[in-house]
Amino acid sequence: MRTLAETLPKEELFHSGHPLCPGCPGGMMLRWITKTLGKNSICSMAATCMALPAMVYPHSLEIPCLYIAMAPSPAGITGVSAAIKILKRKGRIPADRKISVFALAGDGSAGDIGMASLSGAAERNDDGIFFCFDNEAYMNTGIQRSSSTPRFSWTTSTIKGKPEKKKDLPRIMAAHDIPYVATVSVAYPDDFVRKLEKARDMEPGFKYLHVHSPCPTGWRFPESKTIEIARLAVETGLWILYEVDHGSLKVNFRPEKRRPIEDYLRPQGRFRELSQKDIQSIQDRIDNRWRDMRN
Amino acid sequence: MGTHKMLTGNYAAAYGAKLARVEVTPVYPITPQTHIMEKMAEFIENGELDAEFVSVESEHSALAVAIAAQATGARSFTATSAQGLLYMHENLFVASGLRLPIVMVLVNRALGAPNSIYPDLSDSLDQRDTGWIQVYVENAQEAHDMVVQAYRIAEDKRVLLPMAICFEGIIISHYMEPVEILDQEKVDNFLMPYLPEHVILDPDRPMSVGQIVMDDSYYMEYRYQQQEAMDRAKEVIQEVDEAFGQSFGRYYGGLLSTEMMEDAEVALLTLGSLASTARAVVNHLRNEDGISIGLVKLRMVRPFPDQELSELLSDTKVVVVLERDVSIGAGGIVYTELCRSLNGRNGPHLINYILGLGGRDVTFEDIKDIALLSCSERHTTTIDNPIRWYQVRGL
Repeated sequence: MRTLAETLPKEELFHSGHPLCPGCPGGMMLRWITKTLGKNSICSMAATCMALPAMVYPHSLEIPCLYIAMAPSPAGITGVSAAIKILKRKGRIPADRKISVFALAGDGSAGDIGMASLSGAAERNDDGIFFCFDNEAYMNTGIQRSSSTPRFSWTTSTIKGKPEKKKDLPRIMAAHDIPYVATVSVAYPDDFVRKLEKARDMEPGFKYLHVHSPCPTGWRFPESKTIEIARLAVETGLWILYEVDHGSLKVNFRPEKRRPIEDYLRPQGRFRELSQKDIQSIQDRIDNRWRDMRN
Repeated sequence: MGTHKMLTGNYAAAYGAKLARVEVTPVYPITPQTHIMEKMAEFIENGELDAEFVSVESEHSALAVAIAAQATGARSFTATSAQGLLYMHENLFVASGLRLPIVMVLVNRALGAPNSIYPDLSDSLDQRDTGWIQVYVENAQEAHDMVVQAYRIAEDKRVLLPMAICFEGIIISHYMEPVEILDQEKVDNFLMPYLPEHVILDPDRPMSVGQIVMDDSYYMEYRYQQQEAMDRAKEVIQEVDEAFGQSFGRYYGGLLSTEMMEDAEVALLTLGSLASTARAVVNHLRNEDGISIGLVKLRMVRPFPDQELSELLSDTKVVVVLERDVSIGAGGIVYTELCRSLNGRNGPHLINYILGLGGRDVTFEDIKDIALLSCSERHTTTIDNPIRWYQVRGL
């Protein structure tokens, strides 16, 4: 079997020397995205860690990028794709030219401040691919709790652990009945790129990819362990790799035997204060979720 | 010749946008603007206008979609009022900072609380620091004409700033007036298609639009260039007014217009629909009573005609600013702007009347009373209580 390194284009549209933290998986993700979508793309950017390599002068991608504000990166997809449609009709953009429109947003932008914008663009089925880069807190501003922060997690605004549960954004997006929703992980690049290619090659419409992205800075683990942590999230069954293709759900990876959740929680400083009871309650939730996902 | 129709201000503005061949129109409903949205949807649905209509989920997204579409090279149009305008507030700075010549109609409505659908100009005047050109119009015809003019002003390479056309809700937005709808062919000659070079999301020419600049980078220079563009807009506004007059026969005066201001000792200075009433009062007092009074209709609040006003009012004894808005704690917004314009000059006495808030009717008799009272103050050495609330109940 050929590896991604062999199949993806050699050309780099995202360059080294970027200002992401050491150990941040965002750099890899941006390479996979830019290589898969290619030069014929336009990006709508939220206020996110991912804006740093693309938008902080003098860094940039070799893809046009637009930053409006924290909330409306989905509205950016809407505006760009609407403009492309009318400009094609008027002949100012060649009618047969395929331009991929995509948005990059963090979990705080996608699930909190930009939720209305995201839901609106999905409901209108505007043409583009939306990436939620989920590092489970407001990392760019210094690790504050978001609705996507998991229960019991330490952040700088939940110093005794977050009491509430994580918002399940992919399920909310699937409820919009859009053409495609998928969960991906930075530890599974083949699955990531395959799903992205699928979204890219689909008919026009709104596609949603939710990326589970461990953050060494905010989750408090050594920067060499990013992929290990990401893989543990999948192997423990906490993060389920699945896709909803035109309403039909498919789980893409079922661990033969799920590892105990403690293996995932223990290396992370953000879960240091968890009691055995807390850990058991997380384990119970995972077991219940998989029972629901049995078929 | 265009065709004549009975139109509300809202429909007149929508016809203007149609003639300007706008390409993307994201809009969210809010009273009293909603008819503009409905009319645009109808034009596009009927095939009278080739454009993308986007029914967004909020005003915040309405302007964001307009920004993204304009940045991709499409001419964008939207409209809103009051709370909706404030909901999109942060994006107003984005549109002007990115130098995107978006045009938006702002139908003035009072801001809650308390909630009212009737006019107060404070909603759009509150946005005067966002880097948008702002024109205030007094009737449906002027609204119609200015939507077309706005694209030519905003898209001029010397300007490249967004522009708002402001008019009072209900009074102008909802009442019908005879309007000449401009001839499409003549508009096409007057207004060229939007073909941007400065900001464009084009994969063949990748550009980061809306960059983050660090502390010692170019933030100040961005702002300075916006100021320069706003200064240059003054001459472009005058040129476009002239060109419009030559093509369509109506001249509006550009930054401001005057009536009987030669040798006037007292000037009424106002904007929006109040200008129509004040004009009637000025004509009456001049012709019937021989009172030395004139009218200044302020059209542009941004760029503010500082130089033009200080020259115009240098020999006037009293200037009475009549306005349907207030900056709580300071006075009428136009009055405070005028104080700045005339700063340090031995100019006229300034009197400010705050009136008609929340759509309270301002009649011919009201303005006449104010004018006569102000005439009696033209020989005093100092003006007591220059900021006056007109006919507030319970005082």
